[in-house]
Order: sequence, then structure tokens, then C-alpha cells
Amino acid sequence: MIYLGHVLAHLRKDLRLEWRSKDFLNGMLFFTLLVLVVFAIAFDPTSYPAIARQISGGLLWVALLFASMTALNQSWSRELRNNVLDAHRLSPAPASAFFVGKAIANFLFVTFVEIVLSLVFVLFYNLHPLGDTWLLLLILPLGTWALVSNGTFFSALSLRTRNRELMLPIVLFPISIPALLAMILATTAVLTGDSSPALWIKVLITYDIVFTIASVLLFDTILNAD
Amino acid sequence: MNNTANNSKRIPLWAQAYFLLTLAVLAFGFHKAMTAPTEATMGNLYRVFFYHFPHTILSFVFPYLNCAASFLYLFWRSRNPARARAADAFALASAELTVLYASVGLATGMLWGRAAWGIWWAWDARLTTYLLLWLLYVSYLLLRRFSGDDPGSSNTAVLSAALAVFAAIDIPICYMSIRWWRTQHPSPVFGGGADSGIDPVFFPAVLWNMAAWLLWGAFILGLRYALERRRQRAHSDLSLHTISTPQESL
Repeated sequence: MIYLGHVLAHLRKDLRLEWRSKDFLNGMLFFTLLVLVVFAIAFDPTSYPAIARQISGGLLWVALLFASMTALNQSWSRELRNNVLDAHRLSPAPASAFFVGKAIANFLFVTFVEIVLSLVFVLFYNLHPLGDTWLLLLILPLGTWALVSNGTFFSALSLRTRNRELMLPIVLFPISIPALLAMILATTAVLTGDSSPALWIKVLITYDIVFTIASVLLFDTILNAD
Repeated sequence: MNNTANNSKRIPLWAQAYFLLTLAVLAFGFHKAMTAPTEATMGNLYRVFFYHFPHTILSFVFPYLNCAASFLYLFWRSRNPARARAADAFALASAELTVLYASVGLATGMLWGRAAWGIWWAWDARLTTYLLLWLLYVSYLLLRRFSGDDPGSSNTAVLSAALAVFAAIDIPICYMSIRWWRTQHPSPVFGGGADSGIDPVFFPAVLWNMAAWLLWGAFILGLRYALERRRQRAHSDLSLHTISTPQESL
């Protein structure tokens, strides 16, 4: 599989870059920690465990959304240094492999932050989930992939706009609303144990498949936009 | 509609006639809306419905035009650049119309909601989906505004066409997921909606206003399209001029 080889080469490159600088991970980890502290001050979760269960799903995803926004904004501007992006455009490798490699790299970064963040959540917010906790192992990666694949695509898109830092949330949030809705409701369903998250997991799977295909198909157009 | 794109400064006669016809139908629609019998429960406040209904229905039509034009743009981009630019102008015009009609639909809907339910806004399935439609196309217009150094670069057209395709895919998913969300938690205020059947006595007013706002929407769409085509032409003339005269800065 030559295509897979290209994807892995891009992935290796991104992981190595991150391993050497650790910019994203440090920034995202500290940022999400700050968001958690601010939310805890606003809602006082330890005194009201029922409310903590109700809102934690939403807070977790909002914190992750903001954190991944900061990282995604950087992930393509990295390629602008020394005109690396132009070199990629000239290379005969398929453009979508470039996208998939970077999306997987971003997925791994955000997942790492997510694992740390979930533990911090359980400790700081005194959480006792009432539903099937193991389902989170399915919901978290699916939700993260929905955020990251669209986010990687739209940050490549906003790379060519004038104020790209602002442009990414402006285009990403409206498109991601169904995914956000599904991941928040699924997580809340697991935490509170009130309802079954099955429907929302299906929505997330559909969303992931549809938008990953759309991104892969349209990425070549975006990369060679001008 | 292509006839407006010729180089003459004059507005073609048929466009003027069409404009007058639109104004006449708008006036007649207004007359019908104001002279329709007063509704039993809401009194005269219900008359906002004659404006709310056409705007909401039509704001679901323009996104499809936008999506189709964006697909055509992507298809023609390398095959027929001149035609692709026309498709892009049409995509821009239809996106602006979507935002305009959805804004009027939201505003009149809120007036209606205040009168019928006593609250301006409810997070029920339809209202939420509709708000998201509005948000999607506002973000589309913002992307167009922010991309590229000049508003008509091919960069803008490609990026916004990609976003338009994403938005078009997003709408059905959004619609379904919000419906599921709200059927799990039914909203108490919903159920007194206007679509639970209307009396035939209101049909003329509804249909005339529908026709009037359809004509008006098509007029604005054509006007905006012609304007954008002119801007594109002025831009390409300027580029040709810059290329033909020796200058170092563009």
C-alpha cells in the first residue's frame, strides 16, 4: 500500500516535530486545566454532585474544543515556515495522504490531552458516573475524530484567509454542531445514566464517516486553491 | 439573467418591467395581508405570518441554489474558468439571499413566537435547526469576506465552494440530530404552531405574499448576480491593465 506509506510518513514527521518541540501538548494541557478551574469556580461541582454529572460532559467537550482550536491553528502554520507547504504541493504524493497523516497526528495529540483531562475531571469534580463508563472508550475517540478531522480540514482552509486564528472557529463551530450535540449528549448520558447513549454514538459514527470522506475528497482542491 | 452581464451601463428593459411587476405583486400581497379577516385567537398580530411563511420557505430554497452553484464552480474550475466565475457569482448571491431571508424569517418568527407563546425564543427542534442554517451561511459570508486579499480572487471562490459543500452535507445531519434531541425532551411551548392547518379564507393572502416574495427574491438574486459579475469584470480588466503596463507592484 503506497498510500498508507505516504500517510505514515506524514504522521511520523508530525509526531517527530511534536516530540522535539512539545508545543501543542504543553499548551493544550495547561489551557484545558485553566478552563477546568474557571468552570469549577463558576459552577462549584463538588457541592452539587448531581449537577456536576449533568454538566461535566458539556464542560469536558467545550474545554477540549477550545484547546484543540489553539493546536489546530498552529498545525498548518508549522508547514508555512521555509515554504514547506509549497514543497508538499509540488510533491507527487497524494494530497489527501498529507491530510490524513496530519489529522491522525492531531487526533493522537488531542487524545493524549483528553486522557489526562478525564482523570483531572474525575478528581477535581468528584465525579461518580452512573452509566456504563466503558462506553466512554468509544465516545471519546469518535468525538475527538469528529473535531479533529473537520478541524484539520478547516484550519487548512483558513490558512489562506486574512485573520486565520479567528476564521477557524467561525467556520468550524457551525459545521460541528451536530457532532458536538452528539458527543455532549452521549457523554452526559453515560455520566448520569439517565438514558442510553446508543443513538448519539450512531450519529457520531455517521458524522465521522461522512465528513472524513468529504474532507479527503475536497482536500486536494483546498491545498491547491490558488 | 445572463443578459444583464453585457457591458452596457443601462438596465435592460425586461429587468425594469420585471421590477415593476414585482412591486405590483408586493403591493397586492400587502393589501391582501392587511384585509384578510382578523384571526380568532391572535387578533391582528397574526398578520406577521404572511411575511414569516414565505421568507422561511424561501430561505430553504436558496441554500440548494448555493450548493448547486458551488458544485458547478468546482466542476468548471479547471475546465471552463469563465463559466466557473459565473457560478461563483451565483453562489455568492444565493448565500446572501439565504442570510437575508433567514434573518427576516427569524425576526418575524420571534415576533410571532412572542405573540403566540409569550416568549421570544424556544430551543425547540425547528427553531434550533433554522438558527443553525442562518449561522452556517453567515460563516460562509464571513469566509468570503476574510479570504484572499481582494474579494474576487479564485482563492475565495475555491474555499467558499468547499465550505458550501460541507454546509450542504451538514444541513440534513443537523436536522435529524436536532429532531432526535428534541423528541427526547419535548418542549412544552411547541404544538400551537401555525402549520397545524390554516383556514382556506387565508389562502389568497398567503399565496399572493408567497408569489410576491418569490419574485422579490429572484429580483434581488439577479441584481446581486449582475453586480458581482460586473465587479469580476472590473477586476479582470484591472488585472489585464496592470499586466499590459510596466509596473513592478501589483
